[in-house]
Amino acid sequence: MSETHTAPAEGTVRRIAVVSAGLSQPSSTRMLADRLAQATVRRLEDQGIRVQVETIEFRDHARDITNNMLAGFPSPALGGVLETVIGADGLIAVSPIFAASYSGLFKSFFDIVDPESLEGMPVLIGATGGTPRHSLALDYALRPLFTYLRADVIPTGVYAASADWGSAGDANASNNSLASLPERIERASILFARAVAASDRSSRVQDPFALDPSFNPTGGFTAT
Amino acid sequence: MTVQFGVFTIGDVTTDPTTGRAPSEHERIKSMVAIALKAEEVGLDVFATGEHHNPPFVPSSPTTMLGYIAAQTKKLLLSTSTTLITTNDPVKISEDFAMLQHLADGRVDIMLGRGNTGPVYPWFGQDIRQGIPLAVENYALLHKLWHEDVVDWSGQFRTPLQGFTSTPRPLDGVAPFVWHGSIRSPEIAEQAAFYGDGFFANNIFWPKEHYMRLIGLYRQRFEHYGHGSADQAIVGLGGQVFMRPKSQDAVDEFRPYFDNAPVYGHGPSLEEFTAQTPLTVGSPQEIIDRYASMRDSFGNYQRQLFLMDHAGLPLKVVLEQLDILGSEVVPALRREFATDRPAQVPDGPTHAARVAARDAALSSDAANPVVQDNPAETALDGAK
Repeated sequence: MSETHTAPAEGTVRRIAVVSAGLSQPSSTRMLADRLAQATVRRLEDQGIRVQVETIEFRDHARDITNNMLAGFPSPALGGVLETVIGADGLIAVSPIFAASYSGLFKSFFDIVDPESLEGMPVLIGATGGTPRHSLALDYALRPLFTYLRADVIPTGVYAASADWGSAGDANASNNSLASLPERIERASILFARAVAASDRSSRVQDPFALDPSFNPTGGFTAT
Repeated sequence: MTVQFGVFTIGDVTTDPTTGRAPSEHERIKSMVAIALKAEEVGLDVFATGEHHNPPFVPSSPTTMLGYIAAQTKKLLLSTSTTLITTNDPVKISEDFAMLQHLADGRVDIMLGRGNTGPVYPWFGQDIRQGIPLAVENYALLHKLWHEDVVDWSGQFRTPLQGFTSTPRPLDGVAPFVWHGSIRSPEIAEQAAFYGDGFFANNIFWPKEHYMRLIGLYRQRFEHYGHGSADQAIVGLGGQVFMRPKSQDAVDEFRPYFDNAPVYGHGPSLEEFTAQTPLTVGSPQEIIDRYASMRDSFGNYQRQLFLMDHAGLPLKVVLEQLDILGSEVVPALRREFATDRPAQVPDGPTHAARVAARDAALSSDAANPVVQDNPAETALDGAK
């Protein structure tokens, strides 16, 4: 994709769903999610694209997510969340890193999403942790999850360690020559905003009852 | 029987959470029979049994059980919920249910389903990923075996047949009525519509909006295939109730069973589940009001089955529930459903009515010999 490939039509609207699996209130996971969303919105608006952002904290739906796993269907509130996520043009997904991976609540949500419903979804992944030592969890845990779901995970993910929130440069670097958290957020938002601008998912009708056109009610048998 | 009312059972052996006691398999099997006999006694129309091949379920051999019940009943319609069209040999289904149909003098129909217990497929030599193709092909063969005397056939999943006749032939030359059961697959709604068969929505584990879409799809495709108008499609619904004269007594008594139920226990609260699914716990009048409103969501329908004997409820309680169902709830629902039911909406299917319809069609064919107006039949011919 080149920077100049299309100028968005007048009045173009894109919908971004932001999901945060942080547990504490306030949560640094939510803070990172908000920063990623703001950077993306700024870029899209600079291109004349209007953006609607809906932010979902999984904590608010923790019981419903468990109930869905047990009962097999979502509550009305969780059903609304699923629609918001599935019908967005792009998804920002941020989890705290617990025990070397995404949190159980984060995974539980993606366990109840229909596995085919995020196909082609532009996804910006983010994670938070107490120390920078878990930053690769982005690439060995979050990224394969969305690859499995055939989402379009953008190459740059953003990891924020606690120290990043009070550091001008990379929290793990002995000097300030490496990119700071705001710089990494900006870098990720460039790629993500480009993918969201090109996405038309929210304008497509998603019908869970649509039949595959090749379906034949009598099958492929050869009756003689 | 405008709308047929009855019970369907999963046949689970579940510990009663209030006493810690589980029935033996023998007790559970005899309980299922007692429930069927009670269903006839209290004036219900249908008893349907599930089919399972793993503990804690007992009904692995439905026609054996239904044949035993048939011998002890006079009016009760015997059915299944469901018969596994994926892992049973369609030839054996054809034979077993035709035999049962003769023994029960036509009081038999069948509900086909795929089954959702993963290991059952490999245990019976099949692959769960082929669930829909198995359901489609196996039913195509079953349909042929019941409608054609001599069958030549080959398919993807079964040994070919040359010159095979399934015996006994269906009673009076009219096969048992077929329902296709599904929780979420539009392919099965399409299949039911194509053949002009019935469509049964389990309805008890999911919100009704989901089933409204599925049934709407079936009705629309039923009309498309030329079997009649959408409101003439044959729809069955599941339901789940627990009742006592006083609403709060019903809630208090049922709650421990709900909270520990194998399917949804330890998840949503009883209040959430009753708000979100057709489960209704309360006074008989509350049950009547809730189920009388079903046709507002699904249109006039033909069969209502209730799940009554699960989650470890003791037999004594289940039989009390059937007494209330038969004496108060179902008579009121029969009156409700008879009100403003358009004349063209068919009644629940019975063998006698289907034989009469076949005979009427034959005599009109004799009067007007060139009749080929059923697109589905034409399409079937085209598939040969």
